[in-house]
Amino acid sequence: MSDLHTELKKSIIEQLNLEDMEVNEIENDEPLFGDGLGLDSIDALELIVLMEKDYGIKLSDPQQGKEVFNSINTMADFIEKNRTR
Amino acid sequence: MNRLYVNGISSISPQSEDILETGNLREYQSNIIPALKHDYKSMIQPMMLRRMSNAVKMGLFCSKKTLLDAQLDMPDAIMVGTGQGCLQDTEKFMEAMLTAEEGLLSPTSFIQSTHNTVGGQIALDLKCTAYNMTYTQNSVSFESALLDALLQARTESGTQNILVGGVDEVSPAFTGFQELDGQLKKEPVKNTDLLWSKTPGSIFSETASFFMLGSQETENSYAELVDVEIINTAEIQNIGERTERFLQTKNLTSSAIDIVILGNNGDSRYDPFYHELQEKLFAETLQLAYKHLVGENNSVSAYAFWIASKILKENKIPDFIKLNDLNCSKPRRILIYNQYLGKNHGLILLQKL
Amino acid sequence: MKGVAITGMGIISSIGRDLEETSDSLKSGRSGIDKPNIFQTKHSNILVGEISFSNSELENNLDLEMNHTFSRATMLGAYAIKQLLVNTGLKDIPSETGIISGTSVGGIDMTERYFHDYPENTENRRFIRAQHPGFSTEMIAEYFGLKGFVSTISTACSSSANAIMMGARMIESGKLKRVIVGGSDCLTKFTLNGFHSLMILSENNCRPFDQDRDGLNLGEAAAYILLEADDCIGDRKVLGRVTGYGNANDAFHQTASSENGEGAYLAISKALKKAGIKSRDIDYINAHGTGTKNNDLSESFAFQRAFGDEIPPFSSTKAYTGHTLGAAGAVEAIFSLISLQEQKVFPNLNFKSGMKETGLFPVTKPTKMKISNILSNSFGFGGNCTSLIFQKDE
Repeated sequence: MSDLHTELKKSIIEQLNLEDMEVNEIENDEPLFGDGLGLDSIDALELIVLMEKDYGIKLSDPQQGKEVFNSINTMADFIEKNRTR
Repeated sequence: MNRLYVNGISSISPQSEDILETGNLREYQSNIIPALKHDYKSMIQPMMLRRMSNAVKMGLFCSKKTLLDAQLDMPDAIMVGTGQGCLQDTEKFMEAMLTAEEGLLSPTSFIQSTHNTVGGQIALDLKCTAYNMTYTQNSVSFESALLDALLQARTESGTQNILVGGVDEVSPAFTGFQELDGQLKKEPVKNTDLLWSKTPGSIFSETASFFMLGSQETENSYAELVDVEIINTAEIQNIGERTERFLQTKNLTSSAIDIVILGNNGDSRYDPFYHELQEKLFAETLQLAYKHLVGENNSVSAYAFWIASKILKENKIPDFIKLNDLNCSKPRRILIYNQYLGKNHGLILLQKL
Repeated sequence: MKGVAITGMGIISSIGRDLEETSDSLKSGRSGIDKPNIFQTKHSNILVGEISFSNSELENNLDLEMNHTFSRATMLGAYAIKQLLVNTGLKDIPSETGIISGTSVGGIDMTERYFHDYPENTENRRFIRAQHPGFSTEMIAEYFGLKGFVSTISTACSSSANAIMMGARMIESGKLKRVIVGGSDCLTKFTLNGFHSLMILSENNCRPFDQDRDGLNLGEAAAYILLEADDCIGDRKVLGRVTGYGNANDAFHQTASSENGEGAYLAISKALKKAGIKSRDIDYINAHGTGTKNNDLSESFAFQRAFGDEIPPFSSTKAYTGHTLGAAGAVEAIFSLISLQEQKVFPNLNFKSGMKETGLFPVTKPTKMKISNILSNSFGFGGNCTSLIFQKDE
């Protein structure tokens, strides 16, 4: 697991107040929304903020977020390709 | 005209829920006192809980306990009174916005900041699509919710079980502003000494008290809610007459009231409203107080409603809530009177079944 | 069903400082949406429905003392009620008249202005209490000498619609003979940044019910109506009647509307039932129609469920005023009353093409028609859905 993956999991837990969750409980390919981690549309907005704050990536369309935020893997891939910081 | 019975109750405050039975009175040496923590996880899903401020947690937890107490799954209407609403999230979003100078902001605290978040989250948790209202009128927020419940019970045939509650929370900066405004005492005071204080201000707290009001009496019924009155502006010398006028609408006089529960909060500027009733209209009536237990906030009269419900069911009146030396072994009618900063006066009348 | 009489109205919004201006703007299709001029924000490119009075102009108009505690929403509220009294011909309003006001954020404009200043300076601390919605209503009540029943509802964007509903109940039950109901909200950084963080503000003029709608415009307004028991109206004119009302909760999401419009559908159904009329008796709907993807679709589905194939002519007037949050229900109640008076409905501005999902077309031109019953929708955060029905006085 790359540092980025771990870093992402840590910030997701913190940003989304997933108090009872540990980094190793989130699988890299587990769906973040729906049946997986169970995140919802408010979390999606929080993740958009996280992307901009931590990686300088602007997502203006929440729809685009759906694909990017599929799993930790998809997020990490997207960040690697598009990060400005 | 339908009658309205108190069929379930629950309360969260700086005191434990068995305080009237055990007499286990908690003492605080602070002018801002938080509510006791509860096992919120036992009743609220963690994914919901993670975004909830104290007011939302307390309100939802109390609502679910009230439903359990009343042995009901679903209310026909939900009415919440909260004078200051979701202060904690409002403060959080405000601070973030000012710090970021309107830059990048995460939306969660804004979403949770609206005054009707408690009511909305109760509906969401219970999957309750019924009528859902939030009143926010300073110290008569809970009274406004009660009035709505009374009107609905009288006019809407399908509305039989109404969940009504009052909830308010504290938050660092906003409650601090109230301190700057002179609403909190400047000097530290022990809650148990509050009523005898001779200085301005009071102690602030967070509480939630919820009730199931039903049009049918049940085995669990505590009392009957007779009526409620809201008076925005009154003078000290008129408060007795206004109270009598309210009782007259029920064909009652002050002698028909066995217990009066008063909102004395140790604020030397405004306690004279209560003294006026204590010394005149209800001089011969057992007088009770409660803010030395749970402090002051905009929906704390709901806590008085909780005490009144318990007394009317259980006939137990511990000495530590008495303001005078009178006794009353079988109270039939209890009148609650409360105001804040000399405005937003509320009268609530309950009677024994 | 006779309903509760409405005998007065007063309004101020970005499309008019009084009833006449408001009515002219509605008829001529003049929108009040533009870049902010008075309202100070970093987002100065975001379009809003701003009222062209500065705070000091409002202070002067209301003749407030130097050390007053009126927030902008309070001043707008008092201004609108002043209009109401002028229009009603009531010189003095009896002190036992009740007031129920709806607002989403009350005086938070003052808190955001003085947040860092309060600890340092004593001067502006008089605004500390002004943050709370109830205080705003109290100040309005005091301004007009109202001393009895004063209450406030804060259910986000349905606040003033709910205030109208509660007022109607108070009159019907005989608890009050006369009550001023409505609401007020002003533009604040708090709400603008809040909606911005939710990514539902449009960068353009909002286009409710359009396939290419991309969000809402915020606005500010105050609007109040006077409800009276029939036995105190005398020979004064009845402008219309509140015959139906209903509130239901969507119980779906804290901010988003459900896919099938459950809450909206239930609110509409309750209002129809209360009014004792059938869905085909509704001649026009003033929709909530904020211009967000989510609301307009959900509301359209609710229309389909409540009205089947015969959805009455409808429009959202949000493209005129912007979404005035807690005031929106009362603003649109007054628009509905103007429609009843003039037998004319006002267009859904900026509409081009119907949504793929429903293909519904709103009214796009000022249209003369026979109108007896108008349904007005207002939905808010927390799943709060309210429908009101206004009927022509016969």
